[in-house]
Amino acid sequence: MLEIAVARKIGPLDLRIDLSLNRETVLVAGPNGAGKSTLLRLLLGVLSPDAGRIALDKKVLFDAERWIDVAVEERELGYLPQDYALFPHLDVLGNVTFGLAGLRRPERLHRAGEWIERLGVGHLERRFPAELSGGERQRVALARALARDPRALLLDEPFASLDPVARRELRASLRAWLFEWRLPALIVSHDPADAVLADRIAVVERGRIVQQGTIDQLRGAAASSFVAGFAQEPG
Amino acid sequence: MKLRPPTPWGSAQILASGLLGLFLLLPVVALFATLSWEDFLGGLRNPLLVPALRLSLVTTASSLAIVVVLGSLLAWRVARNPGRVSRWLEAVAQLPAVIPPAVAGVGLLLAFGRRGLLGAWLDRHGIALAFTTPAVVLAEAFVSAPFFVQAAIAAFRRVDENLLVVSRTLGASPFRTFVRVGLPLAAPGLVAGAAMSWARAVGEFGATLFFAGNLTGRTQTMPLAVYTAMESDLRAAQALSLVLVAIAFALLFVLRRMGPGMALPGTEARRA
Repeated sequence: MLEIAVARKIGPLDLRIDLSLNRETVLVAGPNGAGKSTLLRLLLGVLSPDAGRIALDKKVLFDAERWIDVAVEERELGYLPQDYALFPHLDVLGNVTFGLAGLRRPERLHRAGEWIERLGVGHLERRFPAELSGGERQRVALARALARDPRALLLDEPFASLDPVARRELRASLRAWLFEWRLPALIVSHDPADAVLADRIAVVERGRIVQQGTIDQLRGAAASSFVAGFAQEPG
Repeated sequence: MKLRPPTPWGSAQILASGLLGLFLLLPVVALFATLSWEDFLGGLRNPLLVPALRLSLVTTASSLAIVVVLGSLLAWRVARNPGRVSRWLEAVAQLPAVIPPAVAGVGLLLAFGRRGLLGAWLDRHGIALAFTTPAVVLAEAFVSAPFFVQAAIAAFRRVDENLLVVSRTLGASPFRTFVRVGLPLAAPGLVAGAAMSWARAVGEFGATLFFAGNLTGRTQTMPLAVYTAMESDLRAAQALSLVLVAIAFALLFVLRRMGPGMALPGTEARRA
């Protein structure tokens, strides 16, 4: 379970977010500048909240009152950035084993190979990121994040850099995987089509969650013009 | 297809390129063209050569090591933490590049000499730097540091922040992230910077002469040996110069080879 209650001011943005995720997928939607990326940075630990608390299962990641601010590398979060950020100097296998430094070599290779295989990129082990398609990169980045057995997943605009065909295909795959993994997963997106991935949608505007619910609930009683536009029936 | 007559603007470019190119090339050609093979071999037997060459290699290797290790950390700091302190550090690291080498020599003497700012204190603890081999290393490090630091800052700045964040989420400490992601991705820029910095150190003359003197085997590096040889034997000076030119050419060749391949492994260069 991921429990978030954070506040942070940066420039014009005054962010105050309360959100908790069980083993479910929550889509955080909102217009540009609403604070979605800031929220991710706060969760990752790249940025510290001014106040509040973040807890993942029993582990407190941040607590302003108790002066707890766990380092990025100890948060056990799987992170998939928008452009996937594969290490360009490492091949697919190198990218996935990067996060397994704590394991002995045979175990590391076995585990990496297993995840590469599971995500359907086994034939690409020795390729470099520049030689992969957008969809393949996403799969490798997912394998890399999941091989570490994270306690929660953070995905930033997972399909923004893909073409429409790959987008549809990978959205279907990701939906099945998320269902299978049953991790708390937070997806930041401004694409209404991504709503099919989520059990719940949280709409963020000007640093606050203005509405939460399933896509049908949002459609039924939109709290803002953004929500109304976002939840609109496609076509 | 009909050839178009050159425009005045086109002609000016061609003329300027030819003039400047010739001007830059002529002295180098002269170094080779005006020396017979026998004179060259004779010059190489000059007793100044071997100690000076050895000293140059040892001192520049030392100064390069100092500049690369300290400079990399400084550059990483500056590149990753933009702010007022970083801007100051960057400006300070640029300073030696605009100070005339002779002035740098006087400055080093006033800082590390027996009565210098820090030198007086060192002297009381039995450490004398001025006019010793370590002084040569300090002079070389001082004048060559900006070349490496500037290149390193630029190279580190080009490393995508997202990669560093991902590295941390994959369990890597900030130090491991620097070693496994920052260094390899910045490597081409770091190597080019180190090469330029080393070339500057090899050619160092003014600061060394003022701060370390011109003592054979102890502080007389190759450029100082050329200077000394000039006083008695122009041919020997020329032969020593050719050795330096050869070093410079080798370096330029290596850098040019790396030039287009400066792209990262696994990117365009690899596919080609």
